[in-house]
Amino acid sequence: MDVFAELTLAGLANGMIYALIAIGFIIIYKATDVINFAQGPLLLLGAYLGYTFLSLPIPTWLGLGLALGVAALVGVAIARFALRPLIGEPAISMIMATVAISSILRALIQGIWGVRPRNFPLNVDRPVVIGVAAVSLVALGWFFRKSREGLAMRAVADDQQAAMSMGVSLPRTLSIAWALASAAAALGGILLAGLVGVTQDITAIGLRVFPVVILGGLDSIVGAVIGGALIGLVEAYAAGYIGMGVQTLVPYALLLVVLMVRPYGLFGKRRMERV
Amino acid sequence: MRSGNFFTSYAADMALFRTPLERWRMGLFAVAVIVFPFVATSYGLSLANQIAIATVGAIGLNILVGYTGQISLGQGAFMAVGAYSSGLATIEWGLPFWLSIPLASLFTAAVGVFFGLPSLRLKGLYLAIATLAAQQIVEWIVTHWTGLTGGTEALVVPAPRLFGARMNTDFRFYWFAVLAASGTALFTANLFRSRVGRAFLAIRDQDIAAEASGVNVFRYKLTAFAVSSFFVGMSGALIAHYRTIVTWERFTLEVSILYLAMVIVGGLGSIVGSFLGASVITLLPALIATSGRALQTSFPAVAEILPAVQEGVFGLVVLLVLILEPKGLAKIWSNVKTYFRLWPFSY
Repeated sequence: MDVFAELTLAGLANGMIYALIAIGFIIIYKATDVINFAQGPLLLLGAYLGYTFLSLPIPTWLGLGLALGVAALVGVAIARFALRPLIGEPAISMIMATVAISSILRALIQGIWGVRPRNFPLNVDRPVVIGVAAVSLVALGWFFRKSREGLAMRAVADDQQAAMSMGVSLPRTLSIAWALASAAAALGGILLAGLVGVTQDITAIGLRVFPVVILGGLDSIVGAVIGGALIGLVEAYAAGYIGMGVQTLVPYALLLVVLMVRPYGLFGKRRMERV
Repeated sequence: MRSGNFFTSYAADMALFRTPLERWRMGLFAVAVIVFPFVATSYGLSLANQIAIATVGAIGLNILVGYTGQISLGQGAFMAVGAYSSGLATIEWGLPFWLSIPLASLFTAAVGVFFGLPSLRLKGLYLAIATLAAQQIVEWIVTHWTGLTGGTEALVVPAPRLFGARMNTDFRFYWFAVLAASGTALFTANLFRSRVGRAFLAIRDQDIAAEASGVNVFRYKLTAFAVSSFFVGMSGALIAHYRTIVTWERFTLEVSILYLAMVIVGGLGSIVGSFLGASVITLLPALIATSGRALQTSFPAVAEILPAVQEGVFGLVVLLVLILEPKGLAKIWSNVKTYFRLWPFSY
């Protein structure tokens, strides 16, 4: 395989994982207008859960289901105990709440699994990653367009009071959003761990979603997929053709440019007020 | 029976210390600050220095986040700019530290204005992400411009000297750190008694209304970024000369988050809060480390989980403050004052 094809494959695989993580991020942003800084630890949590359950002598699909289920429960717990009391507080409080959750999660993960890198029991190659991620993305897209809960979530994102007056339960929507986001992050973490093994570095990938979501627009699922693919490819090409190390800088530089030119992203809803 | 503060003139309402009691409290606090280094242990002094430096940075961040309502995740980057530029000014140009710190602060203010430019188009969460990008880019430049900053190696700064004497001992540096912290607090208190400060508050509360009542939002947002970055840069520069060694690990995103936590725990838009938040967030890990060492003799396993405990407790404290008292320690402090003012007839 020539270098270009290899870089493209690696970039697409990473990009699809970014897209998956970004979707988790966008779900929470859409439902509750919160920037979620706990995405990185949720990834790591997913990777460790996957490590634990896939090491058990049970079929792979069951282990995977259990890992995602536990991750979703953690998401529900976060929504119930940390974020429900904060409904209606300013944005900065919500952001700091997710930062605090991120600290607590990291502490818990260290307490349970330690910091030593582990070999992941399941090896996945890049085409599988792209396939799994693509299927999950389509499923999530369907969820938002067609299912009752998904529509309720979009209604809440649009106007909380109007949604509540139409009988949508805000706490319930919040819980579902966090459960989904957490499960999506966990799947992303498991796929990442399948590629590189379980290490603390996975947390850092949580920050990579910011360029992705800004590029695609904070509230667009299609945008997240295309943004994820774009950032993954740009990173791979930058690392391959310009030099290692540059790939951490390029997405953020791109992010600043996009923010200056199209602040609402390539596919985001135009809802910027200017003063 | 007094039930509140009632002022009969604008001068009294605008005064720096609005009640005699406040003047007394500040006087007592000043005496305590002056006496402290003569009675404290060297460990206590180094903690006090850290708190004083963190207070400068926290007040700087509070000017931007608490008073002007612009969320910034770039605190660590601005501190890095202050630290590296002040350190390099002493190395390359041989400037004394008392000259390089203000110069570095001014330079950081200029950098702050540059990274504040996106705030003219962006608000809220988008601005937070833009400052996050600034943080990552500055971090990358610092670690990759090896010729200037030494890259991932530490930059060694000559010890600060005044009249030939080394100033970076805990005892001597204490006076500079306290001077910087009290100067910052005094400046900020006065800033928000002036037109400029009121304009910041107006932008935070309702930017459209502010524009309608004649506040030039563009100009004042950039001014807020400049003033805030000035103090943030100053705290970075102070760290550089206090430690005489500058490494990029001191200025990562985690530092930005730590300072945001100080501002949130202390109280948004409060100088007392900035000080309280800086104290709590500085003392908390130190306290856990000390008690951990005490336990270590009987439970050797404690040492391994100590970092995890520190991180978890930090998260818990921030989360509990957010849920139980969203206005922070400053609000608790003012509740205490109100309680005693109305005592024994509390509501």
